[in-house]
Amino acid sequence: MNTNSNLYIFIYSSVMVILVAATLSFTAISLQPLQDKNVEIEKKQNILASVGIEADANNAEAEYSKYITASFVVNSKGEKVEGIDAFKLNMAQEVSKAHDTRNLPIYICKKNDNQYFIIPLRGKGLWGPIWGYLALESDLNTIYGAVFDHKGETPGLGAEINQGWFQEPFLGKTIFNKDGNFVSITVHKGGKGSAAAAGDLEHGVDAISGGTITSKGLEAMISDCLTPYENYFKNQKK
Amino acid sequence: MANKNLKLFVNPLNIDNPILVQILGICSALAITVQLKAAFVMAVSVTLVTGFANLIISLLRNSIPSRIRIIVQLVVIASLVIIVDQILKAYVYDVSKQLSVFVGLIITNCIIMGRLEAFAMGNKPLPSFIDGIGNGVGYGIILIIVAFIRELFGAGTIWGIKVIPQSFYEMGYQNNGLIILPPMALIIVGVLIWVQRSKMKELIEKK
Repeated sequence: MNTNSNLYIFIYSSVMVILVAATLSFTAISLQPLQDKNVEIEKKQNILASVGIEADANNAEAEYSKYITASFVVNSKGEKVEGIDAFKLNMAQEVSKAHDTRNLPIYICKKNDNQYFIIPLRGKGLWGPIWGYLALESDLNTIYGAVFDHKGETPGLGAEINQGWFQEPFLGKTIFNKDGNFVSITVHKGGKGSAAAAGDLEHGVDAISGGTITSKGLEAMISDCLTPYENYFKNQKK
Repeated sequence: MANKNLKLFVNPLNIDNPILVQILGICSALAITVQLKAAFVMAVSVTLVTGFANLIISLLRNSIPSRIRIIVQLVVIASLVIIVDQILKAYVYDVSKQLSVFVGLIITNCIIMGRLEAFAMGNKPLPSFIDGIGNGVGYGIILIIVAFIRELFGAGTIWGIKVIPQSFYEMGYQNNGLIILPPMALIIVGVLIWVQRSKMKELIEKK
């Protein structure tokens, strides 16, 4: 048989591609549930990390159900929306909507008799999506904890947003100013000490030098994701 | 025959080692040898891919049209790598996150393509399979040696378990941050090549 005829090559490659496609789809579909489970566990670990609870893959589920006492969805007017599971909400889709049509998930955490509000964040870095969780104290103003992560920011620069040294300065910052207006958090360009230099220690943190676009993307993400919650926060405080 | 097969397996471990002698697969050897666990998973993944890619290509070798043989080889490698990637994501999620793009980059690992072209295209399935596994293990051993050294001195741990006692740190011992960086991996590989050549004189080029 002439294995170099065009017909043979054509049939050979078609059959090969169909076989490969079938094998790969079978693998992908049969492993899907396990992979989804892993993603879910990681999400729970991240949520717990924002309130300072370290959980590993084995105890994440248990710790999550122990500390996270409620999760629900509100709209931009601050009213609860029924029938949507906050945990299963697709954040990528939500942040692409206008502020007043978004579903806004909130997780309530009870730890040592204190109540914390955890808000999921999602935005754009330099190369791809960045996301995180911000835990607010019961005054709905002071940041109790923050975790961020990214898909593919520059290692050593933008990618540092998932490191402790970048996340810790967020603790204790406030998102409302003294007059009660929402100001979010400003990330000050210029590396270490620039928030202090700008005289903005209440609502400002230092950006990563060399990672300005990621830092600014993170600032935009916090502002964009927190703004729609303003009414809810105000209602709660009354 | 059995002797020949044994040789196929043993040669890549020392005298024909893909990393130390053929200098193939260096990039991944530098990138994922910071921790032993990641290196081990990578070694197993590459071994499985080389083994089965060799086996499949060898089975198909007489039917593959020579004009598209590289494409066929790539398709086989790529699908095996995707399967490995899916399995890692399902069963060892944290390691798969650490390895990130490097699992996908197994596709471009020169060892695999090299063995397919040089060996599997012209040999029977069983020797090809053994050759593939041998080369994978040869690659893996170096990865594990390098990762062992880097994790021990870079982080003071082995397989994530602390081995350097706290009292050392209290006396002023510090982890070597430099060893975490890729250049040190290259130097370690260089030292391994040196050690091997000084033991195996036949590898030294004549002046």
